[in-house]
Amino acid sequence: MKETWTEVIQPKKSVFQLNLSEIWNYRDLIWIFVRRDIVSVYKQTVLGPLWFFLGPIFTVFTFVFVFNQIAKISTDNIPAPLFYLAGTTLWNYFQACITGTSSTFISNANIFGKVYFPRLVSPISMVISNLLKFGIQLLMFLCFWFYYLAQGTIHPNAYIALLPLLVLLMGGMALGVGIIISSLTTKYRDLSYFIGFGITLIMYATPVIYPVSAIPEMYKPFVIYNPIAPIIETFRYGFTGSGYFSWSGLAYSSIFTIGVLLIGTLLFNKIERTFMDTV
Amino acid sequence: MTVIQVENLYKQYRLGQVGSGTLRDDFTRWWHTLLGKDDPLMKIGEINDRTSVATSDYVLSLRDINFSVQEGEVLGIIGKNGAGKSTLLKVLSKVTAPTSGQIKIKGRVASLLEVGTGFHPELTGKENIYLNGAILGMKRHEITSKLDEIIDFAGIQRYVDTPVKRYSSGMYVRLAFAVAAHLEPEILIVDEVLAVGDAEFQQKAIGKMQAVSKQQGRTVLFVSHNMDAISRLCTSCLYLKNGGLEFSGRTDDVIQKYLSAETQIVSSIKYESNDAPGNQMVRLLESEVINQHIESKLNYNIDEKIGVNITFEVLQETNDLIAGFNLYNQMDVHILSSHDTLNQNKTYTPGIYKATVWLPENFLTEGMHYCGVAVMSYKPFTVHFHDVAKIGFNISDRQNGETVRGNYTGVFPGVIRPKLNWDKI
Repeated sequence: MKETWTEVIQPKKSVFQLNLSEIWNYRDLIWIFVRRDIVSVYKQTVLGPLWFFLGPIFTVFTFVFVFNQIAKISTDNIPAPLFYLAGTTLWNYFQACITGTSSTFISNANIFGKVYFPRLVSPISMVISNLLKFGIQLLMFLCFWFYYLAQGTIHPNAYIALLPLLVLLMGGMALGVGIIISSLTTKYRDLSYFIGFGITLIMYATPVIYPVSAIPEMYKPFVIYNPIAPIIETFRYGFTGSGYFSWSGLAYSSIFTIGVLLIGTLLFNKIERTFMDTV
Repeated sequence: MTVIQVENLYKQYRLGQVGSGTLRDDFTRWWHTLLGKDDPLMKIGEINDRTSVATSDYVLSLRDINFSVQEGEVLGIIGKNGAGKSTLLKVLSKVTAPTSGQIKIKGRVASLLEVGTGFHPELTGKENIYLNGAILGMKRHEITSKLDEIIDFAGIQRYVDTPVKRYSSGMYVRLAFAVAAHLEPEILIVDEVLAVGDAEFQQKAIGKMQAVSKQQGRTVLFVSHNMDAISRLCTSCLYLKNGGLEFSGRTDDVIQKYLSAETQIVSSIKYESNDAPGNQMVRLLESEVINQHIESKLNYNIDEKIGVNITFEVLQETNDLIAGFNLYNQMDVHILSSHDTLNQNKTYTPGIYKATVWLPENFLTEGMHYCGVAVMSYKPFTVHFHDVAKIGFNISDRQNGETVRGNYTGVFPGVIRPKLNWDKI
């Protein structure tokens, strides 16, 4: 008689043996992790969720002061605060997601070493819980946006409707890159140092604090081939009417996102089985 | 029905600093895989003995483990620290993958390698019940339906809305175990969680595990150093040594094998005259633990008389020698001390003498006991030798109904357990 086993634990499973249905089974855990991340952030703080506002506001005013007032970098005829807010809203989401997910294995080593659940649950919940922070910042952006809209200084267009896609791309890309880095850091810890300053470097290679139009011709390829750039520029173009938009740029970002997600999941899937022995 | 089948299981770990040389090793491995050869860095023969210096950078924490577990069985896993018990549980609960071999499982597995995994200190008790429950694999509605039961079991009604960082460690453990105890897996894997918590809680925890296996027919795998808990709970046992499966079978047999092999306590010890404890006046030749038939053995039932023989050689004539006996339990509690006052005025001419002391039946409790044997003088007080924790014995209660325990199977505290007289009501 052939016995039916519900599970067979073996040394290696095929890299393509992705158990997405298992992750779906653990959706409650994703939800609870999201809740934990959000609730625990502002426990024992006086201002609570208000902190989600204050950080970005200070950053934006610093940007206005340093890059606009002192360095006199063009803002493409968009009011400076709105320009920086438009750039940082999505960028901050990307940054928060990537710093969170890239340390998945190391910061969760304690839990991962004691109990099994699909490890992807952790980075996925990270990307989702950061959505709340993003939502609050978007809300703040919208306040400024309505103000300038009423003044008639900006000219939004139909590309605003691409916002959900932009968020999806940004989150997906951060998840993909983050889990690639987290998989590699289990063995080669050097990468975690890189991510610290690397993310700042990438910000300067992305039109967050400057418009594409202000880039000298010879440096343009660096920004054009940066897959984050089209996402930020599309956002800015849709909401303010000035900036740079192309379907091919967005298609490039999408392909890149799918690519890193694919590579990331495969790598993650391979590492998660034995990372406890090396971390 | 077999619910767990473990076949030729190996687990290899890297020793020392991970990082240096990993790239080179990775490359070597990758190259051999490419050529379709075996991994040259994996040495199947290396035994994991933590006291000897390794010859290879890799070590086998588990080495050719084979066993199967039947449905409803409570399987105990015993062995010294580093024998591979926790590694085995980790592989079984999918925390880490085996190096070779396979495990086949039937049913949902929940593992409890630590209490309170994932507890977040800032969250309240109730929030942590959800968090911990979900990490252990429960659905949200399952937790909601058992919430009251869990809070009740943990006995923390007053503190459900307090962050767990304000909890005492006992409350913390109780809450954590309560969540785990209300999981409903077909297979429950438990690692030494009972080491923490007070006696009342330990009893509750053991009771819960018994209920889980007996009434609900679930399978439990249980690792512990506590032989008492193991013998009370487990129907069968695995004894791991240096990563290999040394012995398996009925709990009583396995515990006996384990105790004699691992504690280094023996029932009798003989000394050569050149390394015998003692001085120019008297020295120890032999000490042994015996039963009433003068047979030397290690494991005793609680209603057996236990004797200790001290054989010593007197080198100078004296009339001031007293044999002494000390008894310690496995928690290192000094239970008693006794001096051989009967023979204290005896004149000893040079020669070999044997002192014997008897411990009455129904007097000590279950567990390992260690003896200290000595010979002293009173005028002035001198200890010629005191040989501690070389010989000893284990006591178990097979529950024939005649012992103090009667039919009670729970935790029975106390350092000694004499049969006391109760008046009729």
